Parts: sequence; structure tokens; C-alpha cells
Amino acid sequence: MIPINAVFVFGLLIFFIGLFGVLFRKNLVIMLMSLELLLNGVNILLAGLSHQLRSPRGSIFAIFVILMAVSEAAVGFGLVLSYFRQKKTYDMDEFNELKG
Amino acid sequence: MFALIPLFPLVGTLLNGILGIRYFSKKTVHTIAVGAVGLSFLASIWSLVGLLRSAEPVVVKTLYSWIPGSLVRLLGGRAATVSFDLAFRYDSLAAVMTLVVTGVGLLIHIYSVGYMSHDRSYARFFAYMNLFTFAMLILVLGANLAVMFIGWEGVGLCSYLLIGFWFTKDSAANAGKKAFITNRVGDFGFLLGAALLIAVLGTLDTAGITAAVEEGSIDKGLATAIALLLFLGATGKSAQIPLYTWLPDAMEGPTPVSALIHAATMVTAGVYMVARLHALFSFSGTALTVVAVVGALTAVYAASMGFVQNDIKRVLAYSTISQIGYMFVGLGVGAFSAGVFHLMTHAFFKSLLFLAAGSVIHALSGEQDMRKMGGLRKAVPKTYAVFMVGALAIAGVPGLSGFFSKDEILVAAFASGSYAVWALGLLGAGMTAFYMFRLIFLTFYGSDRVEPEAKHHLHESPGVMIVPLAILAGLSAVGGYIGLPRVLGGGQWFARFLASSTGEHEAHLAAGTEILLMLVSTAVALAGIYGAYHAYVKNEGRPAERFAARFKALYRLVVHTYFVDEFYNGVIVGGVLKLGRLCARFDERVVDGAVNGAAWLTRKVSSLSIGFDTHVVDGAVNGIGTVHRVFSAGLRRLQTGYVYNYALAIVLGIVIVISLVVTVF
Repeated sequence: MIPINAVFVFGLLIFFIGLFGVLFRKNLVIMLMSLELLLNGVNILLAGLSHQLRSPRGSIFAIFVILMAVSEAAVGFGLVLSYFRQKKTYDMDEFNELKG
Repeated sequence: MFALIPLFPLVGTLLNGILGIRYFSKKTVHTIAVGAVGLSFLASIWSLVGLLRSAEPVVVKTLYSWIPGSLVRLLGGRAATVSFDLAFRYDSLAAVMTLVVTGVGLLIHIYSVGYMSHDRSYARFFAYMNLFTFAMLILVLGANLAVMFIGWEGVGLCSYLLIGFWFTKDSAANAGKKAFITNRVGDFGFLLGAALLIAVLGTLDTAGITAAVEEGSIDKGLATAIALLLFLGATGKSAQIPLYTWLPDAMEGPTPVSALIHAATMVTAGVYMVARLHALFSFSGTALTVVAVVGALTAVYAASMGFVQNDIKRVLAYSTISQIGYMFVGLGVGAFSAGVFHLMTHAFFKSLLFLAAGSVIHALSGEQDMRKMGGLRKAVPKTYAVFMVGALAIAGVPGLSGFFSKDEILVAAFASGSYAVWALGLLGAGMTAFYMFRLIFLTFYGSDRVEPEAKHHLHESPGVMIVPLAILAGLSAVGGYIGLPRVLGGGQWFARFLASSTGEHEAHLAAGTEILLMLVSTAVALAGIYGAYHAYVKNEGRPAERFAARFKALYRLVVHTYFVDEFYNGVIVGGVLKLGRLCARFDERVVDGAVNGAAWLTRKVSSLSIGFDTHVVDGAVNGIGTVHRVFSAGLRRLQTGYVYNYALAIVLGIVIVISLVVTVF
């Protein structure tokens, strides 16, 4: 039996690693991958709490999130590809068309 | 039929004027021009034959109603229908005039073929000449003063165009202007007279005027006023005192023009007009007296200026003024047919003299100064012969045309009891003989003063110029016999022919008196010729020099043509110029000032408006923009465009919201 605290620690660790990746890495692909980490950190918490509370709702929600993540990844990598074709780079510092 | 007479020259002028200048050869041009006048001459003869055969003395042909009738209240309070027709009237007077215009015109046209052969503007010249013939025919054929006025103005215009024909020469252009403007002064008289006629009688028809005068439906004073106004027009057109100054200057035109317009036809338009309206002039006795006095004074006055002129054409010009004075004397003493008779003979011998003078000028390569002629009778014998005929005719030597017509006028003047007019006429006759033979002797006799350059080219004129001269010389010699007076066994056929249009005139003189008068005038003419011979051949001009030296002031006065030109230039032209300058100054100062002031005011007001616009309106608009820009400058920094910055903002926002939720709830 995995203690619930370990689940919390692990889930939040994964989440914050993802958050760090999104906020501070400049590579677009790494940022998308970090986004997956964000979602999966939450999934771990959902699945762990579902087990703890003996309720299937959390697990069901986690499956929805995985589905979402899949479709998001598909759309996201499509965007990344078309972006790359224009800029020939993954560096986020180049992507500042919306600068005021 | 007679309505065709003016048509041919019109067609000629249109062809030559529109097409000829660019496309026709010289041969085509003069064929058209001479042909047109020739056809017109034939039509005139045909019309005359028709008139002689028909019982009707007057034929009127109305082409169309020019200004349709409208009811007008006349000066006396009477109402009348006033209308003008484009109508032609053919009677004995018109017949004589058309024959003179087309006949002499035809000869001058033929002469011009030779005279103008070297001119560049050949077609233009003939177009103008035909236009002139057309206008003159309209003038003599017009059945009312309105139609006459078309011709009256038309001949004035053509005179202007032809005097200024060599318009690149300043003096010619100025002479044309002078002639036109002086004529305009007279034309104003004509217009005012015609307007007064409409106001008083409601008609401009010559027949209507004659009828109204005979009925006595016009006041005598008004008739005098109208007649004098019309006569002012005549003095302008016919170069009488006071409007004669333009004619000597008009000699700047080509010589055929001087012969046709300024000797034979146009300048006699005034004579024709007075003869045409003889009823009106007779009714107002005063007007007739004025005509006679002006004519007699002009005859002597112009002749005196002929004494001292050295330009061969200017002598002839003053002679023309003087001879037209004779015509007016004839009209003025009531002998209208005598005036018209002299008009006709004068047309023959004066156009002959002008054309012969042209032939001399042509022979001398353009020299007009008689001081540079002399002894030419051997070099140009044919010209000399015809010139002699013309001079004898104008001097009034018995047997030639001038004698009969001039004598008829003098007899009529004597018979009318105006002895002063007769004496002036007689004096003028002697003077005419003198200056004309002065011209002959200076030109054809005496020492040879021709410049060597001109002498080199000295030649008799070609046949095309000599033949018309010969015909005119023949007419000048025998033209008088159609008016042979009764006392010399003639029938006064001319006066009887004209009686249907100018009225009867009987000189009530005993045959002996009439013969005596003829002898007197013959003696005067011969005395004049002998005087010229004595002064210029026998003593080679020394008496004239002595005379000029002794009466210096008088000589100066006459040489400067009595300073009339200077007077007109100083008083009238100068006055008009001064008035013009005054108006110009008013224009510059007041009108321009007002306009410029208005512009200045507008500019001031608009610059104020511009200031308001740039500072207030634009300031407000720009101010709004500036406010936005200033405030947005800080906020704009937030929009970095980097995704991670936005993501950080989201995270921070979530942290704040969550911490707010945790701390507050």
C-alpha cells in the first residue's frame, strides 16, 4: 500500500517540474512536454485520491484528462510543426509577434 | 433679276477668301474675282435694259421679312407698325450706281491683276475687293436705310481691311485704324438719324420716307435734325469737312484700292445717300443749305492742300475730297441729278488718274514722291497719254466729261441764287486745274530727277494695266455726252433718266447766261493750267519757291494741312487718351484697390480661421491621441509577446486567487 503522502509528494513533484519547464525553458517542444507533465502530475493526484477515498470518480476524471492530453498533444504538435516551418527554430524568444 | 447683281461678288469673295488663300493658283484667283465682277456688270446692264423697257420706274424685291412688324408708339403719339424687310430697290439712281460700281470696279479688278501680280497675299486682296464690291452693291441697292446700313458698314470694314492691306507696315495699319474710327464717328450720326426716323415716322423705307415727307407728316425741325445727322454720316464716309482727315492717310493702301474705294465708289456713298433721300433734304431747306456750304468749303479747302503735296497719291486724295465737295454743292443747290452726274464722271476720271498714278509708281519701283520724278513722258508714253486725258477731264477743259458735270453743278449753283457757293466752286475749279497740272508737269515734264536705282528698272506697265486705263480714258473723254446740256444741243438725257428717282430740276437761266457761265469756267480752268505751266515748266518751280518764301506762315499752314490733324490728335484723340488714362488710374487705384482690399481681408480672416483650426481643433484631436499614447506607453510593456511571460502571469494570478481564497475563507 502506497502511503497517501507519497502520492501527494510525487504528484506535486511532477506538477512543479512541469510548471518549471513551461515557465523557464525556451524550447517549444520541451514546453509542450512539460505541459504533459503538468497534466500527469494532476492525474497522479486524481488517481491516488480516488484510491484513498475508495471512489471511482477520480480515476474516471483522470481518464478524461488523459484523453484531453492526447488530443491536446496532437493539436499542439501540429501547431509546433507549422511554427517551425515558418521560423526554422524552436526558440521561444523568436516568437514574440504579439509584443505590444 | 437685279437681286443677282450683288450675289456674284459674294460668291467670289467666299471662294477666294475661304479656299483661294490656301488652294488656288493666282490664275484661278483672279479668274474668279474678275469673273464675279464681270458677271455682276453684265447683270447690271441687263437690269438697266429691263428698266428702260418696262413702264415701271421702280422695282422693289423683298427677299424676306428681316424684323417682322410690331406695333410701336411714335414720337407724336401716333401708333404705327414698324417692320424691316431685307429688300432691294432698283430704279434709275440704283442703275447708275450699280453700273459705276461694277463697271469701274471691273476695270480696276483687271488692272489689279497686273498691279498686284508680285504680291504674296494675292487671294486675300481679291477676296477683300470682291467683298467690297458686294457691300457697295448692297449699299446702293438697299430699299431701306437698314439694308443700306449693312452695306454702309461693310464698305467701311473693307476700306479698313484694304488700307491696312500691307499691315506689317506701321503707317498702313494706323491709317486703316484712323479711317475706320473716323468713319465710326460719322456712322454714329447715320445711326442716330435712322433711329430718329424710326421714332418719328416708324419707317426706314426710302419710299416710305419720301411719301411721309410729301404728305407733310413730319415736323420741319425734326426733318432738319434727321437730315443733318444723316449728313454727318455722309461727311464721314465721303471725307468732307470736318471728317476728311482719314482720306489722305488712306493712300497707304494699294493703288487699285485707292482708285476703287477712295475715289470711285465708297467715298461717293454719302453723295448717293443724300441723293436717295433728296425728298427729306429738300423738305428741310436748312439741311440742303448746310450740304451746299460744306461742299463748297470742302471743295476749295481741300484743293488748297493739293497745291503743296509732294506725294502723287496724296495730291489725288485731296483732289478727291475737293471733287466730292462739288458733288455736295450740286446736291445742296437742289440739282441732285447734277451731283450724281459728277459722281459718275468723277468715278471715271479719278479712278483713271489713280490707276495711272499707280502705273507711274509701278514704273518707278514704288516711288511716290513727285520730287523724284520728272520728264517721264518719254519713258511711259501710254501712261502719260491717259494721265493727260484724266487731268484735262478733271480740270474741266471743254469737250471732256468733267467739263459737263462740273459745269452743270456751277450753273445750278448760279441759278439757285447762292452766288457765294458758285464763286467758291469757280475758285475751286481754277485751283483744281492748277494743282492737277502741277502734278502733270512735275511728273512728266521738266528735268529728270529719277533716282538711278529706279531709273534702271524704269518700264511701261504691262497690257493688263494699260487696257483698263485706255477704257477709262475713253469713258473720261466721252462719258459727259450723256448729260449734254440743252444749251449745247443735248437732251440732258442723264437728268431726265434720273428724274424718276431724284426729282426734276430746272435751271431757270437764259441760254446766253448759261453760255457765259461756261465760258467763265472754261477761262478759269485754262488760267489754272497756264498758271501751272508758267510756274512749273517755264520757270521750273521758281515762282512757287518765291511764293513759299514770301508767305512763310501761310505756306507752313497749308503744308501742315492747316494743323487739323494735330488739332484732332491733340484735342479729340488726346482728350480720349487722357480720359482713358484717368479711367485707368481710377481702375488701378479704386477698383483694383477694392478688389485687393477684399482679397487682403479674406486672407486675414482665413489665416485667423487657419490658426483656430491648427491650434484649437487639431490641438484637441492630437491631445486626445497624446493622452492615450502617454497612458498606453506603460501598459504596452506588459505585452511582451513571449508565451512564458503570459504563462507566468497566469500562474501568479492563480497563486494570488488561491491565496486570497485560502486567507479570506
